[in-house]
Amino acid sequence: MTITFHLNGEEVVLKDLDPSATLLDFLREDRAMTGTKEGCNEGDCGACTVMVTDKAGSKPLNACILFLPQLNGKSIRTVEGAADTDGTLHPVQEAMITHHGSQCGFCTPGFVMSMVTAHKNGATDHDVQLAGNLCRCTGYAPIVRAAEAAAEQPVPQWIRHEPLPQATETEMLPRSGDALATLYAAKPEARLVAGATDLGLWVTKGLRDLGEMIFLDGCEDLKQIEISDREIRFGAMVDMNRVRETLAPLHPSYAEMIRRFASQQVRAAATIGGNIANGSPIGDNPPALIALGARLHLRQGDRRRDIALEDFFIDYGKQDRQPGEFVEAVSIPRQPDRLRVYKLSKRFDQDISAVLGAFTITLADGSVTEARVAFGGLAGTPKRATHVEQALLGQPWSEATVAAAAAEISQDFTPMTDMRASAEYRLETARNMLMRYFSDLTGASQSVLEVQL
Amino acid sequence: MSVAKPLPHDAAKLHVTGQARYVDDTPLPRDTLHLAFGLSSIAKGRITAMDLAAVQSSPDVVAVLTAQDLPFANDVSPSAHDEPLLSDGTVHYLGQPLFLVVARSHRAARVAARRGEISYTEEDALLTLDQALAANSRFEEGPRIYQKGDAATAIAAAAHQVEGSFELGGQEHFYLEGQAALALPQEDGAMLVNSSTQHPTEIQHKVAEAIGLPMHAVRVEVRRMGGGFGGKESQGNALAVACAVAARQTGKPCKMRYDRDDDMVITGKRHAFRISYRAGFDDAGRLQGVDFTHLVNCGWAQDLSLPVADRAMLHSDNAYAIPAIRIESHRLKTNLQSATAYRGFGGPQGMVGIERLMDHIAYELGLDPVELRRRNYYDAPDEGSEGGSAPRSATSPRNISGKMIPRDNTTPYGMEVRDFELHALTDQLLKSADYAARKAEISKWNAGQSDLKRGLAFSPVKFGISFTLTHLNQAGALVHVYQDGSVHLNHGGTEMGQGLFQKVAQVAASRFGISMAQVKITATDTAKVPNTSATAASSGTDLNGMAVKAACDTIRDRMAEFLAQRHQTDVGAIVFADNQVRIGATEISFNEAAKQCYEGRISLSATGFYKTPDLKWDRIKGQGRPFFYFAYGASLTEVVVDRRSGENRILRCDILHDAGASLNPDLDKGQVEGGYVQGAGWLTTEELIWDPQGNLRTHAPSTYKIPACSDRPDVFNVALYQGENRENSIYRSKAVGEPPFMLGISAWLALSDAVAQFGEGYPALDAPATAEEIWRKARRLSHGV
Repeated sequence: MTITFHLNGEEVVLKDLDPSATLLDFLREDRAMTGTKEGCNEGDCGACTVMVTDKAGSKPLNACILFLPQLNGKSIRTVEGAADTDGTLHPVQEAMITHHGSQCGFCTPGFVMSMVTAHKNGATDHDVQLAGNLCRCTGYAPIVRAAEAAAEQPVPQWIRHEPLPQATETEMLPRSGDALATLYAAKPEARLVAGATDLGLWVTKGLRDLGEMIFLDGCEDLKQIEISDREIRFGAMVDMNRVRETLAPLHPSYAEMIRRFASQQVRAAATIGGNIANGSPIGDNPPALIALGARLHLRQGDRRRDIALEDFFIDYGKQDRQPGEFVEAVSIPRQPDRLRVYKLSKRFDQDISAVLGAFTITLADGSVTEARVAFGGLAGTPKRATHVEQALLGQPWSEATVAAAAAEISQDFTPMTDMRASAEYRLETARNMLMRYFSDLTGASQSVLEVQL
Repeated sequence: MSVAKPLPHDAAKLHVTGQARYVDDTPLPRDTLHLAFGLSSIAKGRITAMDLAAVQSSPDVVAVLTAQDLPFANDVSPSAHDEPLLSDGTVHYLGQPLFLVVARSHRAARVAARRGEISYTEEDALLTLDQALAANSRFEEGPRIYQKGDAATAIAAAAHQVEGSFELGGQEHFYLEGQAALALPQEDGAMLVNSSTQHPTEIQHKVAEAIGLPMHAVRVEVRRMGGGFGGKESQGNALAVACAVAARQTGKPCKMRYDRDDDMVITGKRHAFRISYRAGFDDAGRLQGVDFTHLVNCGWAQDLSLPVADRAMLHSDNAYAIPAIRIESHRLKTNLQSATAYRGFGGPQGMVGIERLMDHIAYELGLDPVELRRRNYYDAPDEGSEGGSAPRSATSPRNISGKMIPRDNTTPYGMEVRDFELHALTDQLLKSADYAARKAEISKWNAGQSDLKRGLAFSPVKFGISFTLTHLNQAGALVHVYQDGSVHLNHGGTEMGQGLFQKVAQVAASRFGISMAQVKITATDTAKVPNTSATAASSGTDLNGMAVKAACDTIRDRMAEFLAQRHQTDVGAIVFADNQVRIGATEISFNEAAKQCYEGRISLSATGFYKTPDLKWDRIKGQGRPFFYFAYGASLTEVVVDRRSGENRILRCDILHDAGASLNPDLDKGQVEGGYVQGAGWLTTEELIWDPQGNLRTHAPSTYKIPACSDRPDVFNVALYQGENRENSIYRSKAVGEPPFMLGISAWLALSDAVAQFGEGYPALDAPATAEEIWRKARRLSHGV
């Protein structure tokens, strides 16, 4: 495989590439560019953050779980390229010095690159932009002060203009859904790589050999978002930051959950198709999508089929997907927003859910006419709470109905105890989520995140 | 003078440009080999067979070593020689290194290390405190007991009693840079070691033992660590020794760095405690007698557990004068990672014990928790000016004739508290944080809420400064002035982000009256300054600053004497300031002075040495003066919690902290902010979970949750208390590495205050107070479940 990218403004062509080589190892071991650090090697600490620019703009990405083929035709800027070639520092670098934003300095290059990217994009929601960068020394306050100070400075010329190289044509990097369908049908054993935020760990932590890998990043047609009067359709390769932006005005509670479920870096790589296709019991998108009545669009060669999303998840580790078949898109029917998504985790930001509950309950004349209640973290798959739904249907929308329905949850789920939460906590808080939904819709409820001094 | 200036960290520009070099960034000779440990998959047992054929034949493997292949000592323990580098055939925890892979790449070593086929005879592992206690599995012959007065009688005689018990979890250091070492073989068997360690001399010592050479054959260099927090005081030994042994055997440079998951599975963490308490107090809440029992989970090897557990006992009084107290400490040996040093070194655990007790008493009496604490504070020093706003009469009882009885102002270990700053400091903080008004407003807000409640809590810190192992309280420095006037600075302290190098360089620049640009900070190096103590116990600046001052003054005095003679003036008339040397009426640049001294054949190089005065400590009796002085601080935290899920958040934190006459106020404030957030993380979201087999399930940032950016308080007001050390420390500053960590206790207490609003009864939170723990206790209070 051959690919082409820019590294701090210089063109790099890599031939006979090991497709599972990560950008971080390439930088540190092949290029001796050691500014980018390895903190966790799983995309959770952000010490390896780099800025990657493509036609859609610039985004921060974790280099540790970024396979080199994902960079074909893109521009990478590392901490070594944050300052100008004459040594003039970037405003965020200056501010980090002035405001004492570094102590041990090991997380600092990652912070700097997240901040350089946010600064370029004009983003000033610093807590959100920096949620994926862990610092153990400073307590973050001086870093945020630095970000605030730098926000007033213009984007330097060397960051503003980031020319893109021509991507190299390579077999395992198809450029369209059609090409992917043909290739995958011919190589059904190959591993599909979307954002690699999960697959990356198979390599860095599992030390696995992934065999043949097909990279979907070049399939621009799978990155389309179509919004009609009837539905919202996300191509499988739409990244989670774009999903968040799209849903923010339509289903704000879902968008808020997306903000929390992964960091800026991970959301910029992770795709909605990948989050569904990997079939995780704790993926946060599926319950929310199921509560919205989403349909999954699958393709195998020229054959296409649609199924209700909940039917895709057969059992733990088992999905309704044939060899050579891939997720092409997911669509959500347009509807008035009655969706609420509640995510419980030890930490608010960038933490896997102990329980995630999603609720859409429709009323007519004060009674429940439709109930879609789905949970993650309570079973081996994302799953609807059918007993709860049945207990709601046709009943008057009242506290008594909700309490009675909530009691049914133990009919639907027998969760387990693990390092995230006990079975009891999972079940009881899942019950409380239904009660919370009721008070939310009556406007009586508040989250601790909404309390401001 | 550069002292007291808020200069940035000396390496800040290198940090932000990615040029700051850590061990893993060192350019390597081409033939460097990489190491990884094969780890045990059971918590306790004996190895019956190790089939390493698949490891040997794994691609790019050069050698595989077991305990039998080690040429000399198989020991990486910093204390009791009970920690083999590679298993001696017995297994003591899940994750213990059994064999060592030497390979051509880091990844090849990791891949091969997983291919060992190990057969074991498994034995029942001791994982919990109860199991260890039942099996009498412990370090030392029995519990250590410190006492003052007759606590049992005092408790029984008091008007009120309270008792309780709670779990206090451990903590992963989560230094961003994992453990790493590099050994470069030199001629004649000598070894140069580059290590990410807080304790270069210990590395030198252990490596020398392992390769069978005197310490003079091993040189250890440390430029910086990417965080330490105590986790690199002893835990780096294994990597450095492994590298040296493999380098000796292969003749090639060897590097080892732990992958994050390996790091968390192999290395020790903060000690988990169970603390039981009983106390007697009068109607006003004044403590009469207190009894604590500490059950300490030390893990499988002794490491630093004894002094850690001692320090927990030594902080069981925190800021309070307790007439009678008994502390019983059990150091239990279990089949978990060997718990080790972690910022505060047991002090935080001891302090959480007494703060929990104060919280409980305040609840029982319905008394303002701040007022309760103030009534029990130690007295302010006699001169009164510092503590003037809280006169002794507020805290000291009177006898029948109304005269003051001088209160016994000594700690449970017999040390008189002579520098108690907390009266005035508390006044100032409560005022600046608007305590009374906010408390009333929160109470009003809570009355209108059912699912959410806010909580507010105060906690003070009094932290003892000095190593309790008295001989460690020494430091050395080496300073050169070159003939061009530039200064080369070296001392025994290591830089892990705390700003030690900069603060000490500020001292050096001040002594010579030169600008900071003239002082070159250099890597810690056992060949320059020998026999160093670990950079630990918050002692770095106190000890090394003094040693550097001594070295600089030696050179400066030689220069002054020479210049006085040469210019026929009195030594007293020589002044070093503003990059100049004033010699009576003439003035020359410092650079010119250096040149003249060199040409006058004056030695411009000197060592400096310092040992902390007045220390005397008997750790068996628990009597003496283990500390040179105390550092103080106080914090007030406000939180909000949701009873439906236990979700919670810190809304505001106000801190006033005593760094004495700060050498660098901004760097010190950085320690305070960072320490608070790390302390609050320990007591809230940071939860270590082992499964019933002893397998650590929280071994990566995906499962172990340190605070993220948005977890810091929304409103975060941090200030330094304006004062100076009453003892003669370096420029009257105070140590600031560990003390602020304990300010985070107020976050835990604030959560308790919020949970208490949900119903009747004391919440009795365990720590960490995760969302689940808060949900559970809130449910018990509101539903009685």
